[in-house]
Amino acid sequence: MALDTDTVRRIARLARIHVDDAELAPLADELNNILGWIEQLDEVDTDGVAPMTSVVEMVQRLRADELNDGDIQEDVLANAPDPADGFFTAPKVVE
Amino acid sequence: MSALTDLTIAQAGDGLDKAEFTARELTDAYLTAMEAARGLNAYIAETPERAQTMADASDARRAKGEAAGPLDGIPLAIKDLFCTEGVLSTAGSHILDGFEPRYESTVTQNLWDAGAVMLGKVNMDEFAMGSANITSHYGPTINPWKAGSGDAAGKDLVPGGSSGGSASAVAARIAAGATGTDTGGSIRQPGAFCGIVGMKPTYGRCSRWGVIAFASSLDQAGPLARTVEDSALMLSAMASFDPKDSTSIDQPVPDFAAALTGDIRGLRVGVPAEYRMDGTPREIEALWQQGIDWLREAGAEIVDISLPHTKYALPAYYIVAPAEASSNLARYDGVRYGLRVEGEDLTDTYERTRAAGFGDEVQRRIMIGTYVLSAGYYDAYYLKAQRVRTRIADDFRAAWDSCDVILTPTTPSAAFAIGEKMDDPIAMYLNDIFTVPASMAGLPAISVPAGLSGDGLPLGLHLIAPAFGEETLFRAAGVLEAAAAFDARP
Repeated sequence: MALDTDTVRRIARLARIHVDDAELAPLADELNNILGWIEQLDEVDTDGVAPMTSVVEMVQRLRADELNDGDIQEDVLANAPDPADGFFTAPKVVE
Repeated sequence: MSALTDLTIAQAGDGLDKAEFTARELTDAYLTAMEAARGLNAYIAETPERAQTMADASDARRAKGEAAGPLDGIPLAIKDLFCTEGVLSTAGSHILDGFEPRYESTVTQNLWDAGAVMLGKVNMDEFAMGSANITSHYGPTINPWKAGSGDAAGKDLVPGGSSGGSASAVAARIAAGATGTDTGGSIRQPGAFCGIVGMKPTYGRCSRWGVIAFASSLDQAGPLARTVEDSALMLSAMASFDPKDSTSIDQPVPDFAAALTGDIRGLRVGVPAEYRMDGTPREIEALWQQGIDWLREAGAEIVDISLPHTKYALPAYYIVAPAEASSNLARYDGVRYGLRVEGEDLTDTYERTRAAGFGDEVQRRIMIGTYVLSAGYYDAYYLKAQRVRTRIADDFRAAWDSCDVILTPTTPSAAFAIGEKMDDPIAMYLNDIFTVPASMAGLPAISVPAGLSGDGLPLGLHLIAPAFGEETLFRAAGVLEAAAAFDARP
């Protein structure tokens, strides 16, 4: 399943990483090299084997459904690149 | 008396208890040594004032007879993956420029509660993705060891990774111990490359809360230190049950140092056939055999075992870890913290921020992860890898019927020169070939410095134990350490 440049462009878009057109082909080569190496997994018989969901045997804990956090607006915004009036800011989305 | 920075954590704690020196003197000795060793680029941020304040507080506690335990007054380096309140925390990435968390990770808080002193934040591969500490935005960390002969003679060597700054700092005596994190070998491999002990506990033993996430089902914090005893002392302080981490395990934390009895008579040590791989250097094989002989001479029973899916652990890891990373790293959007590069619109801002903020290896892994999770490929890659992971864990489960610990080499080579393996990702990934299987199964494992390569560089031996078998692991590691009597220094 070799990746072509269109697929790499689509993956980059899904991953929200800007890739210049000139970089698509070399990146496709790099990714194909890694994916080709990974394909040796096809040798493993996994019929009837359940995919691992938890690495240690444990039952998922549940906590009481109650507020245990909050009133930390200043902390939340402290590292924002461009906060304003108690909000994060982003480029305009709706015209 | 030897230099204060030469003391192990246990020796320093003893000296503090006997008032042979103060925590402030010990800390100042480290701060002076750190300044002299800045060429190693081990620290991203030094915190000398905080260190002195913490040391003074420790001295005050001790004067009142209220010392918190064996780590009270001990100066430590913290991997830059741990969030530390009010102190730069970058994960070695440009995208976390200037990030100063408003909270403290559970593991570091546990250490401060135990009286430890923070010297600063240490360098690492960007987002812990790497095995040579060459992907850091802050530049490579240098291994204090130098090869006496061979291709790398005289060159600057990598310290291993991703916890390269931690390992380099401890080996260079500019920290008494350090925290690390291990996703596929990131504590044990740098420990081996720098001639120190690196220990990864059972998944769930240390809280992941406040540890910047790479691959959540694999990430686990652990200690890097100069002796097995020091590692045990550190882990007892670092580990805890933490309701803030949903995968934290609610189990009592033993006094791990108490497990170092030196007695392994009757212990069954498994030697897996599949770790004898083509192309492994003869000196690595020879050291492994030496380790087997040492443990046998100490009264252990050596058992041949089989872990049939060993060779598939690494390729399965390179699906699971990037998949989890692509999800975890989606949070870096240029809006909420860290770097922001303005684009034409919101999507363009995301894309340009992430293109500028992430290095090549991180971008590569996010792309692989995004692809293997994408519609149409999820079953073929991600589910397949998770099934293979089950088989790897089943291999270990079967092995524990016939052995109590497993002995292998830690790495397929000694440290290499900075610049090598940089243009071949798979060659770099192969560094972790002996450490990844235990990570995939969530098992505790430790690397103990055991000898020198022909070129005079440290090599490690690696022990793996069943889940929550840390006490057995430390006990066996202590015997290995005593037999190896590794006293070479960089």
